[in-house]
Amino acid sequence: MSADSKLAPGEMRVEFGGVRPRHERGRALWRSLDQLEQSPEFLEFLHREFPQNASEFTDPEGRREFLRVMSASLALAGLVACTKQPAELIVPYVRQPEQIVPGRPLFFASAVLDGGYAKGVLVESHEGRPTKIEGNPEHPASLGGSDAVTQAAILELYDPDRAQTVRSFGEIHSWAEFVAALQPVLEKQRARKGAGLRIVTEVVTSPTLRKQLEELLLELPEAKWVQWDATARNARAGATLAFGEAVETRWHLDAADVVVSLDADFLAAGPASVRQIRDFASRRKIDGEHAKLNRLYAIETTPGLAGVNAEHRLPVRPSELDGLVRALAAALGLPVAGGTSAHAAWIGPLAKDLQAHRGASLVMAGDSLSPAAHAIVHLINERLGNVGRTVSYSAPVAAAPIDAVAALTELVAEMSARKVEALFILGANPAYTAPADIAFADAMMLVPFRVHFSLYDDETSERCHWQLPEAHSLEAWSDALAFDGTATIVQPLIEPLYVGKSAHELLALLSSRPDRKGYDIVRDHWRSRLGADFEKAWRRALHDGLVAGTALPEKAVAVKVGDWTKAAVEPPASGIEVVFRPDPTVGDGRGGNNGWLQELPKPVSKLTWENAVYMSLATAKQLGVRTSSNYEGRTESAGEPTPQGTITDVVQLALGERKVSGPAWVLPGHPDGVVTVHLGYGRWRAGRVGNGAGFNAYALRSGASPHWEAGAQLVKTAFTTRVACTQDHWSMEGRHLVRSGSLDEFEHEPRFAQEMGEDPPKATTLYPPHPYEGHAWALTVDLNTCVGCNACVTACQSENNVPVVGKDQVARGREMHWIRVDRYFEGRPEQPDSIETWSQPVMCMQCENAPCEVVCPVTATVHSDEGLNDMIYNRCVGTRYCSNNCPYKVRRFNFYLYQDWTTPTFKMMRNPDVSVRSRGVMEKCTYCVQRISKVRIDAKNEGRPIKEGEIQTACQQACPAEAIVFGDQNDATSRVAKLKASPRNYGILTDLNTRPRTSYLAAVRNPNPEMPKASHG
Amino acid sequence: MASPAPSHTRHEHDERFQTESDRLIAPGHDFASVTDSISKIVLQRRTPLGWWLGFAAAFGVMQLLLYAIAHLLFVGIGVWGVTIPIGWGFDIINFVWWIGIGHAGTLISAILLLLRQEWRTSINRFAEAMTLFAVACAGFYPIFHTGRPWVAFYWLMPYPNTMGLWPNFRSPLIWDVFAVTTYATVSAMFWFVGLIPDLATLRDRAQSKPWKIVYGMLAMGWRGSAKHWHNYETAYLLLAGLATPLVVSVHTVVSFDFATGIVPGWHATIFPPYFVAGAIYAGFAMVLTLSIPLRKFYGLEDFITMKHLENMAKVMLATGLIVAYGYMCEAFFAWYSGNPYEKYMIVNRMTGPYALSYWALILCNVIAPNLLWSKRLRTSVPFLFFISFVVSIGMWLERFVIIVTSLHRDFLPSSWGLYAGTQFDWAAFIGTIGMFLTLMFLFVRFLPAISIFEMRTLVPAAEMPEEEHQ
Repeated sequence: MSADSKLAPGEMRVEFGGVRPRHERGRALWRSLDQLEQSPEFLEFLHREFPQNASEFTDPEGRREFLRVMSASLALAGLVACTKQPAELIVPYVRQPEQIVPGRPLFFASAVLDGGYAKGVLVESHEGRPTKIEGNPEHPASLGGSDAVTQAAILELYDPDRAQTVRSFGEIHSWAEFVAALQPVLEKQRARKGAGLRIVTEVVTSPTLRKQLEELLLELPEAKWVQWDATARNARAGATLAFGEAVETRWHLDAADVVVSLDADFLAAGPASVRQIRDFASRRKIDGEHAKLNRLYAIETTPGLAGVNAEHRLPVRPSELDGLVRALAAALGLPVAGGTSAHAAWIGPLAKDLQAHRGASLVMAGDSLSPAAHAIVHLINERLGNVGRTVSYSAPVAAAPIDAVAALTELVAEMSARKVEALFILGANPAYTAPADIAFADAMMLVPFRVHFSLYDDETSERCHWQLPEAHSLEAWSDALAFDGTATIVQPLIEPLYVGKSAHELLALLSSRPDRKGYDIVRDHWRSRLGADFEKAWRRALHDGLVAGTALPEKAVAVKVGDWTKAAVEPPASGIEVVFRPDPTVGDGRGGNNGWLQELPKPVSKLTWENAVYMSLATAKQLGVRTSSNYEGRTESAGEPTPQGTITDVVQLALGERKVSGPAWVLPGHPDGVVTVHLGYGRWRAGRVGNGAGFNAYALRSGASPHWEAGAQLVKTAFTTRVACTQDHWSMEGRHLVRSGSLDEFEHEPRFAQEMGEDPPKATTLYPPHPYEGHAWALTVDLNTCVGCNACVTACQSENNVPVVGKDQVARGREMHWIRVDRYFEGRPEQPDSIETWSQPVMCMQCENAPCEVVCPVTATVHSDEGLNDMIYNRCVGTRYCSNNCPYKVRRFNFYLYQDWTTPTFKMMRNPDVSVRSRGVMEKCTYCVQRISKVRIDAKNEGRPIKEGEIQTACQQACPAEAIVFGDQNDATSRVAKLKASPRNYGILTDLNTRPRTSYLAAVRNPNPEMPKASHG
Repeated sequence: MASPAPSHTRHEHDERFQTESDRLIAPGHDFASVTDSISKIVLQRRTPLGWWLGFAAAFGVMQLLLYAIAHLLFVGIGVWGVTIPIGWGFDIINFVWWIGIGHAGTLISAILLLLRQEWRTSINRFAEAMTLFAVACAGFYPIFHTGRPWVAFYWLMPYPNTMGLWPNFRSPLIWDVFAVTTYATVSAMFWFVGLIPDLATLRDRAQSKPWKIVYGMLAMGWRGSAKHWHNYETAYLLLAGLATPLVVSVHTVVSFDFATGIVPGWHATIFPPYFVAGAIYAGFAMVLTLSIPLRKFYGLEDFITMKHLENMAKVMLATGLIVAYGYMCEAFFAWYSGNPYEKYMIVNRMTGPYALSYWALILCNVIAPNLLWSKRLRTSVPFLFFISFVVSIGMWLERFVIIVTSLHRDFLPSSWGLYAGTQFDWAAFIGTIGMFLTLMFLFVRFLPAISIFEMRTLVPAAEMPEEEHQ
């Protein structure tokens, strides 16, 4: 450009002919090429930059509009990072905020949403950084426990792949620019009373958001609000059928002696799952030598946690369910027709057992059941006198319940007819989750103004003009209701990491008061509801994590017998039946970019990082799908295990024109002639973690039958694929690892479990025994209450900074979980109804005679005087000898640098009390030694002994079933010492003289002696 | 030229040279011809083309090792196939394999010396060299198989440090460190001391100045005086005495790595003798593998005679039978102990995913050596060359079976896994073979592969009048 040597570096004289106005004098300084060229974009930028919407100001018509938008923009100014940096304080506190002690975490009550419903949590915050989520003991949906998905919300908050900026067609924009683009659209819709405006949300329980939406619809009466949730529960239609109105059904498992689950995966999913596990497990606790246990019958298709924990499990095809429900009703003497005669040997004793426990029994219906079957189940519960005891009803919790599929179908029709002019999608991802026969993704392209407001720039964002970043629920003010209607104020733990806003703030932008902050919106809503002393009540609600007394009252409803008692239309019995289920870890796909959830083994199959086409062994053999057998010909695992993962055949599943291909996976206990596919995989815009994992089962799912469909074609393709399964082997190989017995056996011989193993006498050593005079930490896992839900695994991952290693490394057997849930099958794999499944959480046993310790050449793993097997990461050189010699294989090795040491947000996420391990060192469960140390220091400072129950390990704290108990076994009054004295207490592999401190309490099942034997292994 | 060495033993020449398969040196040799034919290999001016080709190939293969180590150090141990539960794989298999190979050297040098087995004379030098190089190859693995080799290489040593921390003396890996470093040191000393008179010979016969200086320095002023010989003899015998227990101890200690573990398939008292026998078995196989081409290409059939080969075959047969007994014991005790884990282990070895390795091992180590009962096969050079490879493969498989099939299915079926070496495992393994051969090539080019002065004692002219020696 210029070779003028008189100019200073960086300054250039520009002579672009007439481009630059001649009257400018002096040195030509320019800031960008755009300025240099005086491009239209730059002129527009100058025009718009300051003051915003300046041209509107000269237009008398637009002046009012200008002022309005201006106010919104100013309100945003503090949040919008692109134009003005917010003030950042980098000096230390001059006045230290009250309560903050550096190094000591604070806990705040809030809620994490699951399908729109609140699960009450306490969030641990280290100097302003949320690091760990615990259940809120006060909250009805938690009672202190939590689940894996809730735990994993912390990783979602810090996910670097989250939408970070406002984007339009891939370009980064500001909120102000969005607001400017929004105004003409809003103006037009206001003029038309919102006739072309559609808002799509997920299930909304937030009272504030509900009110905002209702107000907006009052303002724009022609606009429509559509709720779409791909995994929405199906019970509503059934309730409407039975009672004539949509009511919420609540199960009180703590009051039920006999529980029947009709394909209701009540322990695994749903807004009340944590509470349901607690209630269910409370009836499986055994004190001393006598017990009054509940009894669970599970009739299910896909082997799930209900079946795992059932005394009697009946695997059936989904098409059989309706007939079975009707048969059960008929067997109970109810006027219901259409019952099947199949499985009569099962239904008969079941009905008898239910009759014998009138008022203390509970029948639960799951999603695969038709509305009519749901209605029949309501009728059964009513006639068994269970209503008000084990089952109750209330008004619906979710706002404006509608039939999601019908609403979405209508929306697609409107979009196709070009009746929709502005589409706002809040949170949902319908371009991915819509049923295949509802062409939402195509139809939405006909809408001239499409906005997606979400945590991630996902499949729906791809098809929208604007992608707006949503603030995470740990970043913004909101509120939500739990399964029983209890309200929780969702309070932010941290300023939004990016420029995200809450849904409340977004809706405010659409309303006539665009400048309101989320905090004010939520407070204003509750101001009217919290009564006279608002501030006090507000603080109380924030502190407790719930607004007391907001649980919805029980509602008295009566079943109105209708046509549904008549025989149902027989579904076509031809072809394979396909069951669609939300994935046990990534749900409907929303956990797709969450490494913790991706790497969490699915409860029964133990697959990670993908979904599969689950089938029975017989179906697999019919197809020619490979499995592995031992030399006796007994099938012992699905697929063909190899050192790099399990090779399995790819099968193609077709329902008419809709086809998907995925890995075949044999699941013992799966009924024949049915396959299960899980939703939530096959995403192409999930983020770096989730892209390309698994196959998209939504492509097979129709809106008409979203839960299961018959008539599928299943063929084996010529392809194979490699999947990552953390436990290939099915059998326990006759080793007494999970010990179980029936209630009769237990009452006859309470020590049955101890008699299955051998404890070498402590005298068989030349050395004097270590006395362990102070504390002796120990842990018990009650296999009778543990349901195998995986909450402990993710809790441990979060507490102990356990890394995610990826599918390839898991396939090679290098997963890093410090606690795992082992799963074993008993029975004949070729006979689904003979299968019994057992889960067993395994963490470090903290052996008193630890085999790992003697072999370490550098004393990197040594015994503490409190009996902990401590790991010294700094000293470890990584010979892996300790792992070889560990009979429990609980040690985990950093084969690579698994920890992400560079992503800044992950640095904020980690627990500062736990070392972040580097490459080449061994690690393992420590019994959360950081928690022990913290309490020990506190106790010492206060000059008192450590109190019983004061220390909780992360797995224990998360466990919704309270199956894990930790404590000091030297303290005879401690819970753990009492449990260790229980006749059910046993250790695994104690014949090796390892003397494990972790022990198990044998499972005691309460089978019905009248049931056919095949179902009980 | 150095003076004739005194003999170690009495000789019975009249009988010794009677049959071809019985003699230790071909007829017609005198002191000068022995010295000439061995030293000319080293002192010849032109390096044979065959040497260059062989060296280039071996050196090329050694580069694989450098690549494999560099990649390992940059990326991590994950490039290997090791995993949980199979924490050791090719690394320890190869370590034990190389250490085993390294056993023949000391056995030949020390134990056969003390047992006055004269036939050791022509093979002891390169067997010792082989030992050293095999130990060098073996030593590579324990360091680089750790997750953090940059600290492992000295943290395993007991040295006074500011942390006031010693290694864990209860760990067999520490015993390994002592055993292997002791073994390497004593072997090197023994080898070098044995070389001194020959280095003096080379110094005296070298044509060029630089080589005179190099060999002169290495000869450490050896003049061949009676006092020198006296000191030499004493030192050599003492070192032999030192080295003898090492033959037994090193592999015993290596076997403790497994025997002290609680893994089914490792935890067995038979391991020390069975490992030592296996090591001698493998070591003699490797000596055969090396000596057969060596005598062929350098025309050393006069010195490494059929009697040597046959004797080595006999040692292989004997040790092979001990190894077979070891396998039998493992199977027997798995059944006899009634221990379900041991029982499963042996059934799994025979029928599980790695059954092929097990049966191949039985073929190589139990069935194949029995062919050596036949005198005809025992004296067939091509067959011996072939069977030495079979034994080497068999011994590698033995370690694979012990390490991998024991670890991959131990106590909890939930944690069972599978193992296979990756390309980097193979690169490191083949690379160490390249390094071993590279060193062997350098050795035969620059040092006398057969002990000149000891061979001279076998010449008829070395016959001394009857007297009590020592």
